[in-house]
Amino acid sequence: MESSKDNLRAPVSQKPHVIEKPKDTSGIGGMITVEINEKKITVPLGTTILEACNDNQIHIPTLCHHSDLCIAGVCRICVVEVEGMRTLQAACAFPITAPLKIKTSTPMVRKARRHILDLMLSEHYGECYSCFRNQNCELQALAKEYGVDEYTFGHVNTPRYEVDRSSASVIRDMNKCILCKRCVRTCIDLQEVGVLEAINRGHETHIGTFLDKPLADVICINCGQCINRCPTSALRANDPSDEIWAAIDDPTKHVVIQTAPSPRAGIGEEFGLEPGHSLTGEMNTALRRIGFDRVFDTNFTADLTIMEEGTELLNRLKKVIVDKDTTVKLPQFTSCSPGWVKFIEHFYPEYLDYLSTAKSPQQMFGAVIKTFYAQETGIDPKDIVSVALMPCSAKKFECNRPEMRDSGFKDVDYGLTTRELAKMIKEAGIYLPEMPKSHFDEPFGDASGAGLIFGATGGVMEAALRTVYELVTGREVPFTNLNIEPCRGFDGIKQASVLLENCKDEYSFLEGVEVKFIVAHGTANAKKVMELLRKGLLSDVHFVEIMACPGGCIGGGGQPIPTSEEIRKKRAEAIYAEDESLTLRKSHENPHVQYIYEKFLTEGPCSHKSHELLHTHYTKRGRFIA
Amino acid sequence: MDISINKSPRQGAVLFSPYLRGEGIQKALEIGRENILFEIRESKLKGRGGAGFPTATKWMLVAASVAKEKFIVCNADEGEPGTFKDRVLLLEYPELVFDGIVIAGYTIGAKEGIIYLRGEYEYMLQSLEDYLSKMREDNLLGNSILGQEGFDFDISIRLGSGAYVCGEETALIESLEGNRGEARNRPPYPVNTGYMNRPTVVNNVETLASVPHILLKGGEWFKKYGTDKSTGSKLFSVSGDCTRPGVYELPWGTKISELLEIVGGENAKAVQVGGASGSCIPRSQFDRTLAYEDAATGGSIIIFDKNRSMLKVLKNFMEFFVEESCGQCTPCRIGNVKLLEGIKDIERRNYTFSYINKLKDLGRTMQVASKCGLGQSSPNAFISILENFKEEIFNYNGFGGTNGK
Ligand SMILES: Cc1cc2nc3c(=O)[nH]c(=O)nc-3n(C[C@H](O)[C@H](O)[C@H](O)COP(=O)(O)O)c2cc1C
Ligand code: SF4
Ligand code: SF4
Ligand code: SF4
Ligand code: SF4
Repeated sequence: MESSKDNLRAPVSQKPHVIEKPKDTSGIGGMITVEINEKKITVPLGTTILEACNDNQIHIPTLCHHSDLCIAGVCRICVVEVEGMRTLQAACAFPITAPLKIKTSTPMVRKARRHILDLMLSEHYGECYSCFRNQNCELQALAKEYGVDEYTFGHVNTPRYEVDRSSASVIRDMNKCILCKRCVRTCIDLQEVGVLEAINRGHETHIGTFLDKPLADVICINCGQCINRCPTSALRANDPSDEIWAAIDDPTKHVVIQTAPSPRAGIGEEFGLEPGHSLTGEMNTALRRIGFDRVFDTNFTADLTIMEEGTELLNRLKKVIVDKDTTVKLPQFTSCSPGWVKFIEHFYPEYLDYLSTAKSPQQMFGAVIKTFYAQETGIDPKDIVSVALMPCSAKKFECNRPEMRDSGFKDVDYGLTTRELAKMIKEAGIYLPEMPKSHFDEPFGDASGAGLIFGATGGVMEAALRTVYELVTGREVPFTNLNIEPCRGFDGIKQASVLLENCKDEYSFLEGVEVKFIVAHGTANAKKVMELLRKGLLSDVHFVEIMACPGGCIGGGGQPIPTSEEIRKKRAEAIYAEDESLTLRKSHENPHVQYIYEKFLTEGPCSHKSHELLHTHYTKRGRFIA
Repeated sequence: MDISINKSPRQGAVLFSPYLRGEGIQKALEIGRENILFEIRESKLKGRGGAGFPTATKWMLVAASVAKEKFIVCNADEGEPGTFKDRVLLLEYPELVFDGIVIAGYTIGAKEGIIYLRGEYEYMLQSLEDYLSKMREDNLLGNSILGQEGFDFDISIRLGSGAYVCGEETALIESLEGNRGEARNRPPYPVNTGYMNRPTVVNNVETLASVPHILLKGGEWFKKYGTDKSTGSKLFSVSGDCTRPGVYELPWGTKISELLEIVGGENAKAVQVGGASGSCIPRSQFDRTLAYEDAATGGSIIIFDKNRSMLKVLKNFMEFFVEESCGQCTPCRIGNVKLLEGIKDIERRNYTFSYINKLKDLGRTMQVASKCGLGQSSPNAFISILENFKEEIFNYNGFGGTNGK
């Protein structure tokens, strides 16, 4: 499957006008020997100087470069000397095609880097100690690395731009922007949404939206991928922690938190751990110590989502196959990623009928907490403050959608990101990795591994297949250890199928049906899938999982910074390992899920009551901005 | 500044010598690609757009590459302050420019030529289009040009929209592709990955206009003019404090003092050679020659007499760069602002020499660390004017010069 980079859109100036590396480097000229700092290094043709240095323990500072994005070569901090060239060259952008002599730390190079930093700092409004990226800022780190101890070319002390706080998810403070354009490349090239672009030129250049409108008024899908790649605090999520502290401190409030699968796999990074350490139990304890009254596992409603969405799929299949109902749409698309939902609402509003009507696990939990849980515990729902710990910035927008008030209240009061929780934990004086472990609270104490793997791309599909296959055939999915490998991995678009045989009587209409499914992550890939749908090429596909963020939720816009494919893979591995360690690994076997259908949603999945609480509808937003 | 064109009949050894439309194309088709490349190489023609890259090498790189499509782009953006010689060629000698493009297209194997015309030259669009129509009628464009089987070629004109940086060849290509006018990373160069990612030759109007003459009269003939390293002649756009401003064709190697005599600028105290991005030459150095190896220029010559305040001249240039920087790279986007602020500090007499020296140092970083030629050359004026006019600028009595004009 082609990678998302094959289909780049404007700004083409940011396109990697690179020299293709040869597929086979054994031919003549396939490998080139260069001298870097007098050391001979042999690299494949087309390798950039930066890549060559990185592979050889030579540190080159970078700012506009990001491993997920195409080359820009604009900040110029990575300049090096190349013998025979009049000017310094940007190491990130310079492909090696000839035997060069390169020097990475000469007086000219050091002076240039220092000058560039001095220039950036001269325009950089604000101070590190009052900044959310303090100690996790690439600009600050470089200032330290280059020993900046004065503002050689001055320092602004009045802001130039108004901070854009319009969006429920993303706050833009262009006074901190260094114009590295990572956000532009993220939004346009990586996500293919195209909200952010440089406006004006010269000193007036700034990153803006269409006609410089507030972010809330344009087609931003709130994915937060731009935040994760911004080297400074110019972009950040809309942080509700003050309000949450206030609720915790208010004795009349019953504050509950549900925690999604991905934050536990990422939060350790905020405490200096290597990526790939799950801190589920430690986090539960920390949350209680902070003062949350109950700690729930979103995986529980992920299991519930599987029951609802799986049943919806079976219903759709039945309507199409048995009733020959042509108004029913297939394939069914997942709806648990609010970034993806907003994407389809903007870009493919005519296809909203393909989306599952099931709410996301966050919103299902919200609805359940202020109804079923309130009922069971006898707490007045108006006194419940429901917080959702999410790896995601779009969840903040989602919980504010007007349709998400089916409990009669705002179902979820606050979406809190992994980063924001880490900050709260630190503020409470807790060092998370050393917390004793504890379990989630009843009545939703257990969740399955199927719910857990929702965090990685392909996880929803895998969880759904584990359940749907078993519901239909009465047998476990035919994959070793229940690990449905075709759903896993980081290919942009994955496609596979499962054959349904020896079906139970009530599902005899599915006998011999090969269930075809597609898994895509990142909205650039989603767009490719939607284009296939538009061309009518998905008529034999039944189920499509789409996550707005590259890697799925583990790469969400609320996860620890930095991000890279390597980091995302490690987080995914942590999730899959935890799934395998569990005994409960199928959503339909979750006793708490069975309990809620017995006690509360007594008519079963996709019934009237579950429709009222657990399903939703969508808005045809379109692409045109008023 | 008066930049009106000298309307007297033009005289010059090469470009302004007699030429009949189509002659060069005819000759090119007769002698074939290899001989064209040979003649151009013999002539040692270098790019007239400023950078002075050997034209034959550029053409050969594209001619030798294998690609589905190739392009020849004529850079008629003419945005360097004080340059207006391409305008003269396009208005008065279109046969040279267009024949040059056709010859280039033939040589490199392109089917399409594009003229990127400065937005402000929109007024000449119609006459150029009419000229192209006539060429099509006469089979100097179109299919099987002049009966040459398989040589199909046409030219289109595209308008810029007023950004100086779009004269930089990679920004020009971005602009042609419909993107923000921002310079690309190089390498890869346009000869490899140019317009639509295809091998592309970008040449200045004057470079292309020289080609038909070279083919007709030979590289040897061309080399008779100019110096060893700067062959042929050059169009100079002369403006500023002189009695006869205008466009002049003079051989490379002409001394600045000689040029001043010709144009009636003997009273000059300084000459800005190469426009805003060039360097400022004081009277004491007027015996320097105009040549790639000495005082290089894409054609712009601006003359300042003793009444000019050099600080104001410099401020003017720096305001230009602050305005025209595309803004993508740090040294140029912010650096130019710092240099301009430094000038304002001097103007207000509120500066320290140590800070001015820091700014000069910054200028040297900009020269090597900026992404494209704009930022790389924008500090030239700052450094050369502050160096060469120290006395005037730092000891000035009020506004510099005598009457503060
Ligand atoms: C900022 C900037 C502006 C330029 N403007 C022009 C221009 O207006 N016309 C031009 O021919 N070349 C201009 N150039 C030079 C071009 O980049 C390029 O070198 C030239 O078009 C190549 O043609 P030549 O080899 O025939 O000179 C400019 C370069 C820079 C860096
Ligand atoms: S963005 Fe970075 S450099 Fe700027 S104030 Fe924040 S921490 Fe400091
Ligand atoms: S949140 Fe996503 S869609 Fe919105 S600007 Fe950032 S990258 Fe673009
Ligand atoms: S907002 Fe952040 S990512 Fe975007 S250009 Fe500015 S500093 Fe870079
Ligand atoms: S040097 Fe100036 S004009 Fe050139 S790329 Fe950098 S900012 Fe743009």
